[in-house]
Amino acid sequence: MPVSLPNSRIVYDALKKCGIGLVSALPETWLVHLIRMAEDDPEMILVRLAKEEEAVGISAGAHFAGTKSAMLMQNHGFLASINGIVSFGQLYRIPLLMVISYRGHFGERDPWQTQGGSATEPLLRALGISYAFLDDPSTVEKRIAAAQTLAASSLHPAAVLLTRDLMWEE
Amino acid sequence: MGVMMQRVDCLRSIHDRLEDCLVVTIMGAVAAELQSVGHRSNFFYLQHAMGLASSTGLGLALCLPEQRIVVFDGDGSILMNLGGFTTLARYHPKNLVHVIFDNESLLSVGGFPTATATGSDLAALARAAGIAKAQTVHTLEGFKTAFDEAMAGNELSCIVAKVDATGPKGYVTELSLLENRFQFRRHIQKITGK
Repeated sequence: MPVSLPNSRIVYDALKKCGIGLVSALPETWLVHLIRMAEDDPEMILVRLAKEEEAVGISAGAHFAGTKSAMLMQNHGFLASINGIVSFGQLYRIPLLMVISYRGHFGERDPWQTQGGSATEPLLRALGISYAFLDDPSTVEKRIAAAQTLAASSLHPAAVLLTRDLMWEE
Repeated sequence: MGVMMQRVDCLRSIHDRLEDCLVVTIMGAVAAELQSVGHRSNFFYLQHAMGLASSTGLGLALCLPEQRIVVFDGDGSILMNLGGFTTLARYHPKNLVHVIFDNESLLSVGGFPTATATGSDLAALARAAGIAKAQTVHTLEGFKTAFDEAMAGNELSCIVAKVDATGPKGYVTELSLLENRFQFRRHIQKITGK
């Protein structure tokens, strides 16, 4: 499977470095290594979900408990979580660090991913959620830390988009 | 069947047991009635995002295994997140008690019947998801007994309380959403140091 293991490691290490103690996830191809890393890490609480919107509640609970968390999801999972993001994350000022795999964008071969790909950025903008691309291994750590800092200081969701350039090797 | 159990009586009957817990409720009648019985800084009312009260309870329970977490859910809310039963069952937090008030309706929007009105059985769904300790209660005595057992036990438990489809006159309370949210976080910070 040509999902980049070294770059997944860089992303995971960056999450650890900013103090993430809980990750919730619903498996998708680009996230497989990240989920396994969380599973193998005795310090990390991993919550495997049935549907991504649950992650908003779990991250809110973690925030109330004083634990920093990250939500690993595909962009279609972001689409499936929007009510939770708006009527819990935003309504209650919960810092949510969303790590979203940006499927359906340039280079996508799976036709079923393409519509969600074109909707992702317009929806993030419509919701006023700041986002940055993770496209270069050398800037991943800095951008994840910056997103976490903004989420915590603004008490608001912030997103990083995992791109094909970073996650896919072929 | 005789007179149905009232939700507010259930809440009143166990209110003193909630002092040392972290409590998460859904919106609507449950939130308004618990506040009318008596608000505490360890109560958080999720006044929207239907379905996510149980997920919030799970996040709290996993991050604070030494604390007792109580979730007051409703049939309309849990029906929006039935997958959440499977996630709860998967992680099986021993410190979580999941109470679902089932009035078989979406009361605050006019009492439209939910699927539990036509036979969908929430306790059976919970058991099928893997939450072995799930039961339905119909009387106040039954509710109190089930709640006390769940609190004394060391196992994830789900109590479906069949209650009358009546509620308070209004749902908006004096307590602002953000005030409640920050108070709840401060309370946890104070008791856990986290």
